[in-house]
Amino acid sequence: MINIKDLHKQFDQLKVLKGINLEVGKGKVVVVIGPSGSGKTTLLRCLNVLEQPTSGLLAIGDQVLDFSQQVTKRQIPPFRRLTGMVFQNYNLFPHMTALENVMEGPVTVKGEPKETAKEKGEMLLRKVGLADKIGFYPFQLSGGQQQRVGIARALAMEPKVMLFDEPTSALDPELVGEVLKVMKDLAAEGMTMMVVTHEMRFAREAADEVIFMDGGIIVERGKPEQIFSSPKEVRTSQFLNLIQ
Amino acid sequence: MYLSSIFASPERVTRLIEIGKNSFQPLLEGAIAYTIPLTLISFICGLALAIFTALARISGNKILQTIARIYVSAIRGTPLLVQLFIIFYGLPTIGVIIDPFPSAIIGFSLNVGAYASEIIRAAILSIPKGQWEAGYSIGMSYSQTLKRIILPQASRVSLPPLSNSFISLVKDTSLASMILVTEMFRRAQEIAATNYEFLLLYTQAAFIYWVICFMLSIVQGRIERRLDRYISS
Repeated sequence: MINIKDLHKQFDQLKVLKGINLEVGKGKVVVVIGPSGSGKTTLLRCLNVLEQPTSGLLAIGDQVLDFSQQVTKRQIPPFRRLTGMVFQNYNLFPHMTALENVMEGPVTVKGEPKETAKEKGEMLLRKVGLADKIGFYPFQLSGGQQQRVGIARALAMEPKVMLFDEPTSALDPELVGEVLKVMKDLAAEGMTMMVVTHEMRFAREAADEVIFMDGGIIVERGKPEQIFSSPKEVRTSQFLNLIQ
Repeated sequence: MYLSSIFASPERVTRLIEIGKNSFQPLLEGAIAYTIPLTLISFICGLALAIFTALARISGNKILQTIARIYVSAIRGTPLLVQLFIIFYGLPTIGVIIDPFPSAIIGFSLNVGAYASEIIRAAILSIPKGQWEAGYSIGMSYSQTLKRIILPQASRVSLPPLSNSFISLVKDTSLASMILVTEMFRRAQEIAATNYEFLLLYTQAAFIYWVICFMLSIVQGRIERRLDRYISS
């Protein structure tokens, strides 16, 4: 489903991604871990071109962006629609209710009729356990509730892949569980997911594969049990020792 | 000697009341027919101009940026009265003849456009980058994100300073009297020229400006409350 070939990203002099190669099969859940500054968030943001890669190739489904050639502004929005993004700080639209947040993409981008979008929005909010918060503005919701609206908003565009950028890092500890539960349900339904997180329990329970990044490259990848119990690389075990 | 004129005789009081009553209607007509339309039309045109100018300023395009910068600098750096004189008395020299009212509209719109563009630019820049990214992440284009996500939030931020501009504009329209627009202040001048009651007429005009601005600040309060509904108090 996702195919990344020799992806590089450079900010001025700083090389953040130094040749990433990765394939993610349909319905797979990949968890990306690594120290801060390792490039994991940049990798995720490259996948929906919020950061434009310096060079390399990105493919999602049958759509391909080749950054060794000129990528035009027109190519980017259709490619973005293949992915749904969930942000660390939720980034809900504060001037819209929960339902309006979820309806925005389908109505404005896809041109769906409001009635259809409303039905779908209500369905998605029910799915993330917020059926009773439909008319609430973001400021009236807890962090966990806001993040679940964020997930519903991304799902409303019917993406092929869901990207999660540290979705629970800004949450109070007691609110983390409700967001992880929604993500696990999603994984169980067969959604292809790429998750940058520090939640090792989620990685153990829901990931098909764990990727450890450091210094802009993928240092090690494998099944969660293998990475967590017997990492092959020294850097991986050092990192895991630090956080556990 | 001078003080004697303050202590008015009963006949003089009667005369003042009479003049005040008679002049109130033409002044109000001047406000309704010219001051208010001049303000509204100029503000709407100016606001449209301001949005374009603000977007040009924050765009990556160097040429647009420079044009916008020069426009804002030229308008802010020259007196409004001089701008009006250039449009109405100056342009006919090169064969461009514009009637008083449209001349005033052009002058005031250009003025509002320059000042408000800075307000709008600051308001757009005050919206967190994550809002743009959230819009892009659900597949929106630049213009869709701007229209649906950024401008609605920026409008809340810019409302108080824009209201300031609007209220200033109401009062600035009195300058149109200098290019023959028979708005409220010009009528006051004309009436006073026939009966020499300058204090009375100008105070009356001032009072009507005040009432208009007072009503506007009430409207501003209402809009602010409406736009604040999604902000925790």
